Amino acid sequence: MKLTVRVWRQKNARREGRFAEYEVQDASPDMSFLEMLDVLNERLIRQGEEPIHFDSDCREGICGMCSCVINGEAHGPESQVTTCQTYMRSFKDGDVITVEPFRAMAFPLIKDLVVDRSALDRIIQAGGFISVTTGSAPEANSIPVSKYHSDLAMDAAACIGCGACVAACKNASANLFVAAKVAHLNLLPQGGPEKDPRVLGMVEAMTSEGFGACSVTGSCEAVCPKGIPTSFISRMNHNFLTAALKLRVHGPRG
Amino acid sequence: MKLNANIPAGPLTQKWTTHKHEIRLVNPANKRKYDIIVVGTGLAGASAAATLGELGYNVKSFCVQDSARRAHSVAAQGGINAAKNYRNDGDNVYRLFYDTLKGGDFRAREANVYRLAEVSVNVIDQATAQGVPFAREYSGYLATRSFGGAQVSRTFYARGQTGQQLLLGAYQALMAQVSAGTVKVFPRSEMLELIVVNGHAKGIVVRDLIGGKISSVMADAVVLATGGYSNVFHLTTSGGASNVTALWRAHRQGALFANPCFTQIHPTCIPVSGDYQSKLTLMSESLRNDGRVWVPKNGGDKRPADQVPDNERDYYLERMYPAYGNLVPRDIASRAAKRVCDEGRGVGPGGRGVFLDFRDAIKRFGEDVVRERYGNLFEMYHEITNENAYKTPMRIYPAVHYAMGGLWVDYNLMSNLPGLFVVGEANFSDHGANRLGASALMQGLSDGYFILPYTIGNYLAQNQVKRPSTDVSEAKRAEQAVTERLNKLLSIPGKRTPADFHKHLGRILWDHCGMARTEAGLQQAKQEIAALREEFWRNVIVPGSHDDLNMALERAGRVADFLEMGELLCLDALERRESCGCHFRTEFQTPEGECLRNDAEYAYVAAWEFGGDGKPAVLHKEPLVYEEAHMAQRSYK
Amino acid sequence: MNQTSVGMNSLWKVFTTTIGKKAVMAATGGVLLLFVIAHMAGNLQMFLGWGDINNYADLLKSHREFLWPFRVFLATCLVLHVSTGSFLAIDNRRKRGHSYEVKKLVGASFASQTMWISGLIIFCFIVYHLLHFTLGVTNPEYLTFRDAHDRPDVYRMIVTAFSTAGTVCLYALGVATLGFHLSHGVRAMVESLGLRMETWASRIDKTSLVVACLLFLGFASVPLAVLMGLLQLK
Repeated sequence: MKLTVRVWRQKNARREGRFAEYEVQDASPDMSFLEMLDVLNERLIRQGEEPIHFDSDCREGICGMCSCVINGEAHGPESQVTTCQTYMRSFKDGDVITVEPFRAMAFPLIKDLVVDRSALDRIIQAGGFISVTTGSAPEANSIPVSKYHSDLAMDAAACIGCGACVAACKNASANLFVAAKVAHLNLLPQGGPEKDPRVLGMVEAMTSEGFGACSVTGSCEAVCPKGIPTSFISRMNHNFLTAALKLRVHGPRG
Repeated sequence: MKLNANIPAGPLTQKWTTHKHEIRLVNPANKRKYDIIVVGTGLAGASAAATLGELGYNVKSFCVQDSARRAHSVAAQGGINAAKNYRNDGDNVYRLFYDTLKGGDFRAREANVYRLAEVSVNVIDQATAQGVPFAREYSGYLATRSFGGAQVSRTFYARGQTGQQLLLGAYQALMAQVSAGTVKVFPRSEMLELIVVNGHAKGIVVRDLIGGKISSVMADAVVLATGGYSNVFHLTTSGGASNVTALWRAHRQGALFANPCFTQIHPTCIPVSGDYQSKLTLMSESLRNDGRVWVPKNGGDKRPADQVPDNERDYYLERMYPAYGNLVPRDIASRAAKRVCDEGRGVGPGGRGVFLDFRDAIKRFGEDVVRERYGNLFEMYHEITNENAYKTPMRIYPAVHYAMGGLWVDYNLMSNLPGLFVVGEANFSDHGANRLGASALMQGLSDGYFILPYTIGNYLAQNQVKRPSTDVSEAKRAEQAVTERLNKLLSIPGKRTPADFHKHLGRILWDHCGMARTEAGLQQAKQEIAALREEFWRNVIVPGSHDDLNMALERAGRVADFLEMGELLCLDALERRESCGCHFRTEFQTPEGECLRNDAEYAYVAAWEFGGDGKPAVLHKEPLVYEEAHMAQRSYK
Repeated sequence: MNQTSVGMNSLWKVFTTTIGKKAVMAATGGVLLLFVIAHMAGNLQMFLGWGDINNYADLLKSHREFLWPFRVFLATCLVLHVSTGSFLAIDNRRKRGHSYEVKKLVGASFASQTMWISGLIIFCFIVYHLLHFTLGVTNPEYLTFRDAHDRPDVYRMIVTAFSTAGTVCLYALGVATLGFHLSHGVRAMVESLGLRMETWASRIDKTSLVVACLLFLGFASVPLAVLMGLLQLK
């Protein structure tokens, strides 16, 4: 396959960026999209040029590190896959492929296609956990959990934290990411005691990190590599509003 | 050097309990005076950092990825073992201990393995309380499944994403500690040197990968949880960032590297499709619960799988190992696959593949049940190969997966360098010559949650060497060495890319130090690696600078260390003149082609000391003494 | 969990979050939705004849003690809905930062992308509508129409107004925009109030479309019927 790849190149956050165009002559349909970039990068390095920087690690769609917008779609044209699991068979010979970084105010650009998604970590720090001191856990089978709730929690917990939902949302909203974690933990009896402070804290953090509001457009669900549904956002809204209306929420730790 | 494993006295079943009573504790008020560095945020690193933070220590946690949640533990699919005996099928701590020891072909330290089996049950309790959504029965109680190398059902799982869910549990615990102020996480930071002061590990040199700043971080103890080194083989199931640099730098500073030749080849991976390939994808071993492995009886049979009648199929694992069938341990399944492919009966392009067939399972349970159990794996298979495994069998082939070897540690998980602790895959201790499926998650979390947090206190309470400042000459020298090395990599006017060297190294190792190893092949590999390393330092090309994000430079540094480590791997394989577990020397096999162990001469841990640049490594032996378990010839027939 | 999460015990703070603001949008939107449904039901009385619609109008106007508080309430909801919506729209645009070179609509309806614009068009339409019928600014003569019982003659006003094609077009466009806005608005409202969960999600999405279509048809039917001569001054 012959392709033209247009990539956003930007040396660092302080410099201006621009699109650079590269011809790729020898792509194979069985290559992954990132392997195609690898091959291009090998050529660039041999020419003494800096390779195109992009994030990736596991290359099997689970670590959530890869993060490109390909032809206007976060994680590329196929649904429910990450960029690393996008294969060149999804493109045609002669295609022009435009590759951009995830764009959001809360995801400052670092270099080329690499962005800083640490805001997502800070949201988790604001309550995306169950406070159980190591060693204090009760016998695992002492609290049965209905298969329905356990499966639903697992649907939400499947989130890989890639931030594609933010990248695809016209408002750069992180609602789907936050909702998935809130639903995962709030659905389980183990997460019950911290239900209210969790959702209040995470929502507040999400707002202060500079993510936009949810317009319920559904773009996030459409690009989510794990197909996490927006109904979890509604669940979070419900949790949030009921917690907020209680007025007095007791936090577990000061 | 005298290796002291510090195994507590007393009966096997009492060692850990006694040890916990006897080791020294740090007063709660004093804990906050101690700084601890934890490098790596996988299952072992994140769980250790979170637990140490909870205890009140000041923890600094480093990872190369953009977030602690990306560590490659996230990719583990199948499950985690624990001796809960929820199925009432006769499981207990002793059985898990024995299965693990036997699975490792009696090359692991008995006391460590017993402790691992003992705390495995706590790990499940802890993870469940953290909200890890393990699979459940309709009753609401936890479900389990079977895994290779065991005749009981003791593997807990969260769909095909057990590693992800357990890692998120540990990561969330870590984030809770960050918000409590006890842990500070430094993402996109790479440890490039270990700082040793007065013989104690007291700090690391770190490169901030974004700004390129090189700085020393000092602490009272250093914990390495940097995972395995299997990426030395280039094409593996590991993540792109997995590397040996942290371990290798520690090794160069005096830490012993144990059993480097024990690298596991996983039997169920998607076969290689082309030269551009960047990694191999694992299909969880759990698939062997319901999938049947076969090749055509006759070589050169090019018919599509569904047209090969049953009597012309060779379900070779069921034929050769009737007791365990498709659930034999990984090393055995891998070698069997290699053998049938070497006989010319392999399937798929290049003939390097065997079928993993779900036809019978679908017939028995229906497609829906199979979909519920393995849906995400089938999807992943489809994404990569564009084939529908519900209709045609999967094609699989062994690939390098896990490193049982690692830095040598004693019973307290401390290396021979005082103050340097090594946990998870990065240490050598629990899996011997072969790891059983679903045991890596168990070990990483046991080390991090339940073992290291106790044993590190024993070192700190004795506190022989105080935390030095970053101005000490050892730190300055280490920083300078790191800077010089980076400058050198950037200044070589070469032609070959770091990835190209990596690929070349991987090919040498796979050909000569992979599933079958010979004396001559290993000798040749050693020479080739030495020559490749020499070429690397004059012919590598690394563009850009070191004061900016520079992934080519990161890769080059890691490949440089792999080029040194690879040679040690071959040396260890050469010196171990026996076959055991994953280490298969063709000269030493039974008439049926199984491993022929030599307990009289090789029942030891090979712990290698760095001999200096250009000098051979020095071998130290820790004899393996089995007080309770009987060293038997492994049989899964 | 940290101090800040525990500190959200003032209701005001809730509205500093995006979800709080969306809840305001949803609640005020809900009030306005109920109002337009009632409004439409009132309008449809045109089909019952001259007397019924005028009776109804008289009933509404004769209870000034309810009418004015209700109007104030409605106006407040409208102002809150428009101002919060505008604030969010401007803020959301800022949150994207750098825009994409290739813009592609993935998984979202066109209506969902244009809620602010459709909302502002509806707002302008409402202003015109009030000037037109309620306040009598554009056509002061409408307020002088009286029926046989000396009540304001709403029937005559409507038939007169919609006998010109231009006005009908304007109103048809206005209510079409309303329908378009609500095709996304109803589901967004349910979502923002936290009631669009699991199996209900797709049902609510369908209901959203049905409600939007019914409202459009209900509102458009009166002007069209007048234009086509189905409703006449006898």
